[in-house]
Amino acid sequence: MLPTQPYMVNMGPQHPSTHGVLRLRLVLDGETVLDAEPVLGYLHSSKEKLQEEHTYLQTIPITDRMDYLSAMNNNLGCALAIEKLAGIQVPERATYIRVIMSELQRIASHCFAQGTLLQDMGAWGTPLMYFLYEREQILDIFEMVCGARLTYNYIRPGGVSQDLPPEFFPLVRKFLAEFPAQLDDYERYLKDNEILRARTVGIGVFPRELAINASATGPTLRASGVPWDIRKADPYCCYDRLEFEVPVGQRGDCYDRFMMRLYEMRESLSIIHQALELLPPGEWKAPVPLVIRPQPGDAYAHIESPRGELGYYLVSDGGASPWRFHVRAPCFINLTALRDLLVGHKVADVVVIVGSIDIVMGEVDR
Amino acid sequence: MYGLGVAKGMLVVLKRLLRRPVTRQYPEEPAPLAPRFRGYDFAWVEERCTGCATCAKACPHGCIEIVTHPSEDGRYSIDVFDVDTGLCMVCGLCVEACPYDALYMGRGFELAQYQRGDLVAHKEDIANRALLSAYYRTPFQEQVGTRENIQGFYQPIKGLEKAPAAKPQG
Ligand code: SF4
Ligand code: SF4
Repeated sequence: MLPTQPYMVNMGPQHPSTHGVLRLRLVLDGETVLDAEPVLGYLHSSKEKLQEEHTYLQTIPITDRMDYLSAMNNNLGCALAIEKLAGIQVPERATYIRVIMSELQRIASHCFAQGTLLQDMGAWGTPLMYFLYEREQILDIFEMVCGARLTYNYIRPGGVSQDLPPEFFPLVRKFLAEFPAQLDDYERYLKDNEILRARTVGIGVFPRELAINASATGPTLRASGVPWDIRKADPYCCYDRLEFEVPVGQRGDCYDRFMMRLYEMRESLSIIHQALELLPPGEWKAPVPLVIRPQPGDAYAHIESPRGELGYYLVSDGGASPWRFHVRAPCFINLTALRDLLVGHKVADVVVIVGSIDIVMGEVDR
Repeated sequence: MYGLGVAKGMLVVLKRLLRRPVTRQYPEEPAPLAPRFRGYDFAWVEERCTGCATCAKACPHGCIEIVTHPSEDGRYSIDVFDVDTGLCMVCGLCVEACPYDALYMGRGFELAQYQRGDLVAHKEDIANRALLSAYYRTPFQEQVGTRENIQGFYQPIKGLEKAPAAKPQG
């Protein structure tokens, strides 16, 4: 046996598997990780500060750019916080449209997360393309509704920017009819796959207590067995009138986090079904002035984004722009426990663990 | 049995082989755009624009530059109306903010240029777009009946050519 000594390796920031520009400083002994430290800030674009110069309406398109894979949810969180701050009532129809949009976005975002995770594991291309196929249909629906495919700027303080067009309903119904069969296929394709199981079962176990202590949220927390979902715990929009389950995992390993997203997509489908049934006619936007000047005060609104609890904390000093604009980014907080997940695993598992937390660096660094 | 899961998965792959692809060979075969698509090539109706600069104030990035001077008939005549499409993030807030429906978004997105300065759309460029390509509407306009016109992708928007021409007589 040759004598060895630990050495340090930089993984990223330009590593294809780090989902953007995450840099991991790994201390390795052979292939085993002894220590890991995420180094953040390579995508820092000072969006929170930028928002302090914008009027409340102008903050919405900037939130699109934070978590660009679930921009609809970011719009929603920001709009809810502004409404809370300024005391704006939202018409009933708008709340249902918001729920439909945010659940479609959740499916699209989970599709992308699953695809890239499988890509990271070495299933090169094929599963990613399958999931992108589904995401593509949702993006087409979004393009029809709001005119953009990635940065929607759709959900506004007081409602949504435009009503749903009549062509929307047949397209969504078609998607709802076809997608469950596809999901069955993907489950058959991946659930029992020996290679997938070998790469994920027992890897990156996030113990329940640690997950709670690290204030992890979203599928990452629920995979560890904690049934915590903001949609149930503090219902916003019309989630209290809809019936859905919160899937919960047992072991908290990468496999559970992976399966959690597959199950959540099914629940999202059922939510969209119910919301379409209940969608009332009427106004889709309350009359809100172009420049909102809320009373001095603060407001916090949080939603369940595909990655966890996305919170917006706004402080107003009575002016036209927020005095402080803070975002509780779920990816950022889920990343804080990364060291505990990585230590003891092999370098190849680092990629899988980072992928299974489903980070978007635009939101981590904002 | 080891390998059964992979075999089951491969059946799905075989099934997928026959599925119609959604990919397109882009430059040869462009994707159809939705009627509400927001693109960069702004269209602007000079006759309707009062030079109020509401659009410039609504823009989060300050892409729009407007310079006016009062003309004899009491209106403002517009000397400069520049939209810096290099800065623009296609949010559509300017179009929604315009109280006189003078500004529209187009459906162009292939606006690559060799010089950064060429990305700035000047008054002449956007006024000459003849509204052929602009589809993004404010919700109000969609409601009051321009919808039919929006649905036909490549038709000029009816009614807008007939906009009252209130030009200052020099
Ligand atoms: S689309 Fe948005 S960024 Fe572009 S000019 Fe209009 S307001 Fe400014
Ligand atoms: S385009 Fe509209 S908002 Fe802008 S200056 Fe002209 S009238 Fe005012």
